[in-house]
Amino acid sequence: MSLNVNRYKCGYCGACVGVCPAGALELIETWVEVDNTCTSCGICAKICPVGALEVK
Amino acid sequence: MRDRYDVIVVGAGPAGSITAKTCAEAGLDVLLIEKRQEIGDPVRCAEGVGKDALKKHIEPDNRWIAAEVKGSLLIAPDGTEIKISEDTSSMKAGYVLERKVFDRALAQMAAMAGAEVMVKTRATGLLRSNGRVAGIEAMYLGETYNIKADIVIGADGIESKIGRWGGIDTSLKPADIETCAQFLVSNIDPGEYSTFYLGNNYAPGGYLWIFPKGGHMANVGIGILGSKSGDVRAISLLQRYIHNNMPQAKIVEMVVGGVPVSGPIEQTVTDGLMLVGDAARQSDPLTGGGITNAMDAGKMAGEVCIKAKEIGDYSVNTLKEYEDKWRATIGKELGKSLQVKNLLIKLTDEQLNKLAYSLKGVDVSNMALPSLLFILFKKNPKMLWELRTLFK
Repeated sequence: MSLNVNRYKCGYCGACVGVCPAGALELIETWVEVDNTCTSCGICAKICPVGALEVK
Repeated sequence: MRDRYDVIVVGAGPAGSITAKTCAEAGLDVLLIEKRQEIGDPVRCAEGVGKDALKKHIEPDNRWIAAEVKGSLLIAPDGTEIKISEDTSSMKAGYVLERKVFDRALAQMAAMAGAEVMVKTRATGLLRSNGRVAGIEAMYLGETYNIKADIVIGADGIESKIGRWGGIDTSLKPADIETCAQFLVSNIDPGEYSTFYLGNNYAPGGYLWIFPKGGHMANVGIGILGSKSGDVRAISLLQRYIHNNMPQAKIVEMVVGGVPVSGPIEQTVTDGLMLVGDAARQSDPLTGGGITNAMDAGKMAGEVCIKAKEIGDYSVNTLKEYEDKWRATIGKELGKSLQVKNLLIKLTDEQLNKLAYSLKGVDVSNMALPSLLFILFKKNPKMLWELRTLFK
């Protein structure tokens, strides 16, 4: 299981960063970085306004 | 950049810039950092703001006012209209801002007051000394710097990391965030009111808004509750609305973002650290408005920084005054709004329509939101019973 960020869809708003319970995400300019503390819980994917995140 | 300041403010939005300005005016050494290369851009906001609340902090300037609005038009799911003024003392109740220019003007005020401002500078961690927050680790143009400070202000918005690093869990649950998409559209006539469409068809657990931006333009957006997002998305609901209801509209900008609607969080200060604005989840859970709360909080936090510097104590004992102050003011309002939000998101479209009908024959045109709620409560006590404590 891992978190995929579709950079072509992402509007780099940072909403995903705010809901991540693990603090695993960081928004830097126009891209989202995912670190190894991500638990693939999928909360970010659920709330993304454009559906740019996917747990696979 | 020096290696030491009295106060470092992380994030140059309204909360951060007002905090920095307040501190700098009193002669404190202040560093205001913004991780993006442009302050105020990209926008993540519907840009509506109440006039009086704004004027407490800054003289209105046409460079950042896109339009003035007379009040709000609420539209029930079946189309019933309720027109209210957001401010009974004036015919023109609010502004729709040009945040790109507004945010820069606020940062400029901080700079002119003496604050140092750095863009493309991202906090990557907190420095600690004897267990206390003692500054930040920051990255500027790919290089890492340690910058010391007596107080670090987390004005880092919805994404806030400063609080988490300081041991304050600010993570939002899906029901504590509105997930939003907005188009700036051209070739429409939005009228003179800010319009809000309610109903699960438009925006489950949220609303659809049309805010005039002047010159046949408007911010048209949808916010839905995070817990209702997933199968539907804010962006797809918005695309559907524009397609069905505004076929002539031309989209000239896209905006996305999350708005905290958690209501007051448990903790916003710790030794050497304070959170302000969206980072402290101080946006209104009912309206989603956050600009003037953020500015009010920035002022309060700045004043407490000044006091802390005077007495040389940056512990939670001193900084707690900020927390007490914002809770007694902003916090009270957030609490009330949260109660109303929690009820509204449970109502069906039929119930929302019934609320709108109940105002038939009542002149609400000069009413602000609290008085409107009171009338609704009196007319629909059964449906709104859980709000009774608001009107004691």
